[in-house]
Amino acid sequence: MTATTTTQTPLANEPSPARRLLLTPTAGPLAALVLACVFFSFSTDQFLSGGNFSLIIQQVMVVGTLAIGQTLIILTAGIDLSNGAVMAFGGIVMAKLAVDSGLPPLLAITAGLAVCAGFGLINGLLVTRISLPPFIVTLGMLNVVFALTHIYSQDQTVTGLPAPLTFLGQTFSIGDTAVTYGSVLMIGLFLFFAYLLSQTAWGRHVYALGNSPEVARLTGIRTARLTVGVYTLAGLVYGMAALLLVSRTGVGDPQAGQTDNLDSITAVVLGGTSLFGGRGLVIGSLIGALIVGVFRNGLQLMGVPSIYQTLITGILVILAVTVDQLSRRRTR
Amino acid sequence: MTPVLQARGLVKRYGHVTALDGADFDLLPGEVLAVIGDNGAGKSSLIKVLTGAVQPDAGEIRLDGEVVRFRDPLDARRHGIETVYQDLAVAASLDIADNMFLGREIRRPGLLGSVLRLLDKKRMRAESAEHMAALKIGLRSLAVPVESLSGGQRQGVAVARAVAWATHVVVMDEPTAALGVKESGQVLDMIRRVRDRGLPVVLISHNMPHVFEIADRIHVQRLGRRVAEIKPGDYSMAEVVAIMTGALQLSDGKTVVTDQEAVKAAGVTRD
Ligand SMILES: Nc1ncnc2c1ncn2[C@@H]1O[C@H](COP(=O)(O)OP(=O)(O)O)[C@@H](O)[C@H]1O
Ligand SMILES: [Mg+2]
Repeated sequence: MTATTTTQTPLANEPSPARRLLLTPTAGPLAALVLACVFFSFSTDQFLSGGNFSLIIQQVMVVGTLAIGQTLIILTAGIDLSNGAVMAFGGIVMAKLAVDSGLPPLLAITAGLAVCAGFGLINGLLVTRISLPPFIVTLGMLNVVFALTHIYSQDQTVTGLPAPLTFLGQTFSIGDTAVTYGSVLMIGLFLFFAYLLSQTAWGRHVYALGNSPEVARLTGIRTARLTVGVYTLAGLVYGMAALLLVSRTGVGDPQAGQTDNLDSITAVVLGGTSLFGGRGLVIGSLIGALIVGVFRNGLQLMGVPSIYQTLITGILVILAVTVDQLSRRRTR
Repeated sequence: MTPVLQARGLVKRYGHVTALDGADFDLLPGEVLAVIGDNGAGKSSLIKVLTGAVQPDAGEIRLDGEVVRFRDPLDARRHGIETVYQDLAVAASLDIADNMFLGREIRRPGLLGSVLRLLDKKRMRAESAEHMAALKIGLRSLAVPVESLSGGQRQGVAVARAVAWATHVVVMDEPTAALGVKESGQVLDMIRRVRDRGLPVVLISHNMPHVFEIADRIHVQRLGRRVAEIKPGDYSMAEVVAIMTGALQLSDGKTVVTDQEAVKAAGVTRD
């Protein structure tokens, strides 16, 4: 391209960043979250406090982190049913290596991260090399990893974890609010992936791939490599979720994370990301996870039975995919 | 005159279907070459083979007389060949600048670009705006997703991208197929402006009036091969259509009627 001209053509009518946010599919979820917070602030006295918010973030920390990897995969028009199982296995690996095998804790953590990334890599290779649908690949992987977790752990919970494995569960204070390091890690990861997706060429390519793999390929993007990279990176993020899980519960639990795959999809969908791929923001998934967390927390404080929390979450999910479907129909 | 892009004996099979059956191709410097043919004649397959999007089963491609082999579309792009593929031109949810620079993004200068890999969005927008303006594509904003544009504007983005990056050849597969009269006219104007810069253009089209309006030469594709290479002035539209459908054949520059009924039906008057 003729890059010699440095004269900046004035671009009239460029929307401001704030207006651009309004145009994204994340605007609705953000409004819903704010409204929910306002509603619960008026409905119960205990809701609006630093301590309660810190608690909500802790409660959504694991699913929120899983939702980051899930977002990456859904943006490519894929889906990952195996992430909760992969996380549980990663947690068991970290715990058992550190406790039973006596490995240095940091090495055990690294091994757990690597194992999770490895499962992501296998998912990615199956999706690209054999052209299997992500739904089927990760459904299979869910069962494989679930079984491996129980075989490897012999169904035993691993206790007595060394300090580095529980560090993320420790707290520090902002004013008089105690915040866990894990919450900070989750928010940091969201910001990091928001930057990767919106500010780098790699991010643009992920969206292009989700729009249409063939268009992406014809523009010269190496789509197979990109897809494998996305699944592997998602696996690594699940590894971090595993560390968060272990830190939060203080044990290696083979039963952990069994509904987290669906919960992470819920967070992504509630955050306005399209299940058809190519549309959405990773920050939306944080908002989606917080919506679930805020409803659960608020309704609990109001004394509403927990089954209604599930009911409301379900209604919100259906609402979110309906909005997605309708807005897609409008732009086609 | 050495053809800019040339092919001999291209074969491409998809299972039992032979999409290209020994097709030849010649594109001369500075010309607009129209490639016409019935549905399924192998026009898109020809373009895909010539631009590295699919690999031929047999045949040879030459660029400026040198034998080349494009491993993938990126490889062809590196050789200065830019293509607007049929129905596969833009990434719908990305904005105009993102699409213009997809696969060739510009990073910020210094450490921001080399370490943090930050994109220089401002510069990409500014350059996109210039390219769109150069082709007289009017747009309100460059920061909206291309799916919110009209069909003509979207095609304009794809054409502008091809033109902006091409140093050798611009290829367009049915760029006006989905467009209205006015928008088609705009795309034809763009093609003229590209030719005026001296770049040869390959235009695949179904639309005979468009072809006769803009092409310097016509390549007629039929059943996977080139059956004629003609100048629009030498034949009528009805004759060209008859050649396309096989009712009329060319041999040594003369037309031979092979299907009297079909030729009559097509309105060709010949003895
Ligand atoms: N990817 C493909 N797989 C199978 N068959 C194909 C593929 N692409 C093209 N074909 C077949 O090859 C023939 C030529 O198609 P194409 O090159 O698209 O023709 P045109 O562009 O002239 O309409 C058609 O019969 C078409 O069905
Ligand atoms: Mg075609």
